[in-house]
Amino acid sequence: MTKKTHKTAPIGPMNGAQALIKCLENFGVEYIWGLSGGAAIPIFDALVGSKIKLILVRHEQGATHMADGYARATGKPGVVLVTSGPGATNTVTGILTALMDSVPMIVLCGQTISPMLGKDAFQEADISGITMPIVKHSYLVKETDTIPRVIKEAWHICQTGRPGPVLLDLPKDITSAPFTGTTLDPEMDIPGYKIPPKPKKSEVLKMAKMFKGSKKPLLLIGHGAVISKASEAVKKLAEKLNAPVTNTLLGKGAFPETHPLSLGMLGMHGTAYSNKALINCDLILSIGSRWDDRINGNNKEFCVNAKKLHIDIDFAEVNKIVRPDAWIVGDAKDVVEELIKYVQPLDTKEWLEELSYYRKQFPLKYSHDKGLTAQYAIDACYKATEGRAVVATDVGQHQMWAAQFYLTNHGNDWLSSGGAGTMGYGFPAAIGAQFGRPKDLVVAIVGDGGFQMTLAELATVFVNKLPVKVLIIDNKYLGMVRQWQELFFENRLSGVDLEGNPDFVKLAQAYGIKGFHINNVEHCLDIMKEAMNYPGPCLIHAEVIKEGNVFPMVPAGKSAHHMIIEAPTEKLEKPTGST
Amino acid sequence: MNKSNTHTISVLVANKPGVLVRIALVFARRGYNIDSLVVSPTVNPKFSRMTITAKGDPETLEQIIKNVNKLVDIIHAGEHDMTLSIEKELALFKIKASPAAKTFIKKCSLKFHVKIDDASQSYLVIEQTGTTAQVDEFETLIKKYNLVEMVRTGKVLITKGKEST
Repeated sequence: MTKKTHKTAPIGPMNGAQALIKCLENFGVEYIWGLSGGAAIPIFDALVGSKIKLILVRHEQGATHMADGYARATGKPGVVLVTSGPGATNTVTGILTALMDSVPMIVLCGQTISPMLGKDAFQEADISGITMPIVKHSYLVKETDTIPRVIKEAWHICQTGRPGPVLLDLPKDITSAPFTGTTLDPEMDIPGYKIPPKPKKSEVLKMAKMFKGSKKPLLLIGHGAVISKASEAVKKLAEKLNAPVTNTLLGKGAFPETHPLSLGMLGMHGTAYSNKALINCDLILSIGSRWDDRINGNNKEFCVNAKKLHIDIDFAEVNKIVRPDAWIVGDAKDVVEELIKYVQPLDTKEWLEELSYYRKQFPLKYSHDKGLTAQYAIDACYKATEGRAVVATDVGQHQMWAAQFYLTNHGNDWLSSGGAGTMGYGFPAAIGAQFGRPKDLVVAIVGDGGFQMTLAELATVFVNKLPVKVLIIDNKYLGMVRQWQELFFENRLSGVDLEGNPDFVKLAQAYGIKGFHINNVEHCLDIMKEAMNYPGPCLIHAEVIKEGNVFPMVPAGKSAHHMIIEAPTEKLEKPTGST
Repeated sequence: MNKSNTHTISVLVANKPGVLVRIALVFARRGYNIDSLVVSPTVNPKFSRMTITAKGDPETLEQIIKNVNKLVDIIHAGEHDMTLSIEKELALFKIKASPAAKTFIKKCSLKFHVKIDDASQSYLVIEQTGTTAQVDEFETLIKKYNLVEMVRTGKVLITKGKEST
């Protein structure tokens, strides 16, 4: 081939694994989270003396969530390295989590030597086959010299367009063999890979026209706005239109939740006033949200009287759930910046007054007559950190309460497993975020159930002296399921009692980590302040009342019209929607 | 777009390992049954063409085509309007040889584009090339003559004129 090659420094003798690590160094990768094993030894070997810092985790799932937390908190891809077989299969949950929430991630898996592929070799698993439905793309690498091209493509694919995880299946003989290529920066070969172009003026004008005459507009902000760093543009648009803004769970922070136009999170456990806005709006513009079933339980009753507009970078999201009146496939920031130019301020005075009435009538609230509640503890954490922490949550009741009471003002400051709903995510995600943002205060708000799924990473925190704060909301139940069983299954509790929880403070101490204990309202804020100002890592064990429920609640499969604002006094029908 | 329940989708793919599985997963996940699938080389050796026929509702198909297009190794995927394309498939039928069968085949050889490929060992192997509708029709008729085995390639398709497939 006569194709021009990039001028690079002469390549010394190296093997495939060394070429791989060199490429990652050239991309500016700072960390690799991993756990070693036979088939991956050549790659671990190549990390000796590398600029990249290897972080040894205690379980591969932890590595994936750390890479994910790093990626969400910094906007840069996270890199994971594991061995073949069980090492690789342990990453599956983390890969799904990253795919569902569009998180850029590279997963490097060792593999048995290529002549043994398909022969049930020791620790062989067809990991590229297993993960095919849950990756953005994947490679089974068969030739050493293709490694630089493959990793360059993977790096590009994982973070452009709609980001997602890319997996490399790397047989040990391929990583061990000498690299004989001439460049570490070859041309990519992905003719089928499509990234949407800048928006066309005609599309923008069409969408801008839709706003004319709208009296009750609503902006719906999703994770796409965070990923494309569209915060400034969204703020300008909202302020120009005088339109109220609501956000999805993952859209938290893309528009400041303390802004007067913010209604906070909408959906199943969103604020009552944001759901009222959803019911009554005459126009809704989704910026990087996929209208998912947590905010749209019943598509037939969803915003029936509103014009629906959709901005998404993924063309497959258009018409998937909602058939919009106008849509633009493109990067949220690019599109919104264009849209601002062509929309005119709207007269929304009455609309904002109406919403302000709902806000006063149905505020988020909780009582603590019966003792310390999760909401109180989370609110205390919000106050103790002055709302400035990077918050990672686990999944369940505490996640919803954190979304309600820990207001977020910056994208990348809220890390939560939204699509996959992965228990065990929060704590390792906080670790990853702390690696990426060493100077920022990072708090993991987790439940007693989820924390126990990945708590072995306390060792990773200790070893790396990461000042992560772990707030455990302990109600001794798998609380969200218990809530459903109480409300919809005549309180027949099944598989939710977490009898046997450890003493979390002693557990932390066993790992060399400072522990705090809170079990009453009186000392909650003081202890929280002390913990949040503690110079090293610490764990705060908050024992809360056992039977708190999250409200408001829109039962699964129902529209926002059926929102339950306070604990119901009558029996509810079993929900029809997905979980 | 096709009004009937059966759809023909043409997919241009990069010749990379696993591409067929990736496409099949998109269909399977959404409960779409693939009736036939033909993989063949193209003028450019870097790419292959897949012609897929499948049954299901158009809304799901729209999602399937979009999600196939989203795959990194797919250059292009789209449904085809039959009036703007030429479609053909090839079928082989094996029947017990009989004078009646031979007469029948002779009679309809022109109408159905059929011919006898093999007549040894008291069986006949009949070859047919035609549209899927023609093959369906002939299949119904030949069943009356001791049909023992049959195999069909599934539909292949190419657009007419300047438009690329």
